[in-house]
Amino acid sequence: MMKFLSAMTGLVGTTLVSSQAFAKELPVPNESWERLWDTVMLDITVIGVIMAIAAVWMLFKFRATSPDQVGTAKKLTTVQSIAFALIPASIFMADDFYLAANGWTVWNDYRRVPDNAMEVKVIGYQWYFEYEYPGGVLVEADMETPVMIPVGQPVVFRMTSEDVIHSFGIPKYRVKEDIMPGRKTYIWVNPVEAQTDGVVQCAEFCGEAHSQMSNPIHAVPQAEYNAWLAKMAAEG
Amino acid sequence: MSTPTTTASHSAAPAWKEWLLTTDHKRIGVLYLVGSMAAFGVAGLMALIIRFEQMELGMQFISSGTEYNGYLYFHGAAMILAFLIPGLTGFAANYFLPLMIGARDVAFPRINAFSVWLFYFAIVLALLSFIVPDGPDIMWTGYPPYSVTSASNTSMYVFTVHLLGFSSILGAVNFLVTVIYMRAPGMGWNQLNIFVWTTVAAFVIQLIFIPVLAAAVTLLLFDKYLGTHFYDPSAGGDVLLYQNLFWFYSHPAVYVIFLPAVGILFDIMATMAKNRVFNYKAAVYAGIWGIVGIAGIVWVHHLYIAGMPDWIRLGHMVTTLLISVPVGILTLSLWGTLYKGAITYNTAMMYAASCLYLILLGGLTGIPLAIPSMTLHLSETSYVHAHFHFIMALFSAFALFAGIYYWFPKMTGRFADGPMATISFWLNFVGVNVTFWPLFIIGKEGMPRRYWDYEMFKDVEVLGRSFQEFHFIATIGAGVIAIGMLLQFINFIASAFNGKPAPTNPWNSKSLEWTHTASPPGPGNFGDTDVIVDENWSPYEYTKG
Ligand code: HEM
Ligand SMILES: [Cu+2]
Ligand SMILES: [Cu+2]
Repeated sequence: MMKFLSAMTGLVGTTLVSSQAFAKELPVPNESWERLWDTVMLDITVIGVIMAIAAVWMLFKFRATSPDQVGTAKKLTTVQSIAFALIPASIFMADDFYLAANGWTVWNDYRRVPDNAMEVKVIGYQWYFEYEYPGGVLVEADMETPVMIPVGQPVVFRMTSEDVIHSFGIPKYRVKEDIMPGRKTYIWVNPVEAQTDGVVQCAEFCGEAHSQMSNPIHAVPQAEYNAWLAKMAAEG
Repeated sequence: MSTPTTTASHSAAPAWKEWLLTTDHKRIGVLYLVGSMAAFGVAGLMALIIRFEQMELGMQFISSGTEYNGYLYFHGAAMILAFLIPGLTGFAANYFLPLMIGARDVAFPRINAFSVWLFYFAIVLALLSFIVPDGPDIMWTGYPPYSVTSASNTSMYVFTVHLLGFSSILGAVNFLVTVIYMRAPGMGWNQLNIFVWTTVAAFVIQLIFIPVLAAAVTLLLFDKYLGTHFYDPSAGGDVLLYQNLFWFYSHPAVYVIFLPAVGILFDIMATMAKNRVFNYKAAVYAGIWGIVGIAGIVWVHHLYIAGMPDWIRLGHMVTTLLISVPVGILTLSLWGTLYKGAITYNTAMMYAASCLYLILLGGLTGIPLAIPSMTLHLSETSYVHAHFHFIMALFSAFALFAGIYYWFPKMTGRFADGPMATISFWLNFVGVNVTFWPLFIIGKEGMPRRYWDYEMFKDVEVLGRSFQEFHFIATIGAGVIAIGMLLQFINFIASAFNGKPAPTNPWNSKSLEWTHTASPPGPGNFGDTDVIVDENWSPYEYTKG
């Protein structure tokens, strides 16, 4: 509950207090995601194991010993039946708010784009992504041609589509959002480490080559990134 | 109270004509069963093809992505619209709801017959998609603009939805009137079988929400063939309008499947445990009706990555998580029904027990998906695919199979239990775990759904293994299910003709369909004497001998 309240007030607070606070320490959304995953998994595992044990125990314990045996459970009194509805309801509700508060906090990490984020425009086509890097550098990527982003530099992708709905997903950074004609959407990533096994993939069904609409995405040191961008600019 | 009568023969007309012209709710129920099982067979075959195609990288069985998409379209649409909904609200409700409330038929028997034939037209129309050269490839969700710009035949999808929707609305009106006006004299609301309550709830949902789906797909038809621009942003339309309308129906539609499945479980478990339903009123009013109440305000969780405003996504996170409250209460009653029972085991009860596992696994894995920040990554992955198969596909399908075993003696006068039934149960149960667990694991690492190839992930490893190895295991699992299901169908057909003869009430149930009718019940269900119950009667009262 405390978490829930602090998430609520945090939402108001940060919009008032300016962005200095998180200029200092940028969130890494994919790391927050992983922590939230662990929290949620623990939560549902505890519920699942308790319920499973209860079920297995009853399924063994209350086997009939003769064909005409009948159950011996008593009918609940009115007070009991209300209690057996309200108590579990409040437990489930409390857990829901706990999870919602946690989810809300992580959501804020995902949706608040840092001021210093580098902007890359993405346009979806059947069946490839086109990127526009700072300085108007156009990059067309395919299954073999990676796009680059600099390590340590938050990047925001501002996206739209020219034909049908696609989705821009980067499993490595635990994020995706649909790309739609007539609408603009965004995601941002915080590549704190260099990597060369990231994948961008279309995640919304878009026809024939939907499962080939993909390209690698590498996070590389700034110098390497600059060289790549210069090469792209020259080619473009 | 009347005593069971023998099966009176129907008229002297030839059998095919009797079935074609029948208005008897039991025969209509059987027609639904046959149609939905046929749909399950064909859609299951499609599942095998797509599963085997995904087994390895590269193309194996298909010749184009569009061909694969056509199979996937058929699998999804047929499983939901032609197998589960007609299996549960068509077959089970038609055959057993009137018996359970002591009615001699439904309120409008001819409209009921019209409904089932609309359903058959819809199946034929859907099957035609394999014959026409431009069969739909737009997935059962049919999102524009793809469904408008695609070269495939969107109208077949739209008209199939129209036919099934029309059929369901007629059924809904029919059954609501039946339950309200045709209960046996003396039967109060708190004496209804849980299955009756869940079916009523499902029909209320159908009645409220189907028109919205019908509108959504009709606008799709207009956009594609009449040149309107409802979903076309270049002319002032909006692509998200469709998704909102579609899920405004299709989320509640999962309860149209879920609720009657739960109802069947309650009836089987109370009967096999010879026990009262734990906290009946809470299950009905807080559980079942709580779900109906909340069904219409959670649909945006299907649009968490569709760029909806942040405040809507967070609002629907809260409402979606709150579904756990009515579902939790209902689950508790299901569990409590076993407490201090006297459980006997048979195939129906084994399926019912496995459903307890499936509801836990499928339900709890939905909780991460209720949280938008989790879904920003999990959406459209095979994690989602595994989740909805466990909770919707497998849970409800297993509940339906449980129901078929449970009511088999009523419908045929014979048992379907036996070694074949036990073996096929275990094959199916093991098979679904082997098939769908691996998909949770690779889904979390990003394996997308609706992909026939996953070349881009060839270097990604989970638990030291490639995605392909997990797909391989999943495909083996699907093969095991296929064998299990095949044995099961053979068993059903063989048992219907040669099964061990059963007494009229083999499980010693207290429910009216067992205590007051012959097996199978004759025309008019209850012989010459109307069913009357007193205020102490309950379908779950075992302690009073
Ligand atoms: C019993 C064995 C089954 C197997 C092996 C199976 C397998 C599959 C596979 C491989 C996919 C495609 C996944 C992807 O790449 O997106 C799929 C999708 C789907 N299945 Fe099943 N399935 C089974 C049963 C069912 C049942 C009983 C239902 C009933 C509702 C069902 C409903 C769906 C739906 C709605 C989709 C999504 C289609 C889409 O993406 O539009 N499945 N299934
Ligand atoms: Cu795409
Ligand atoms: Cu796509």
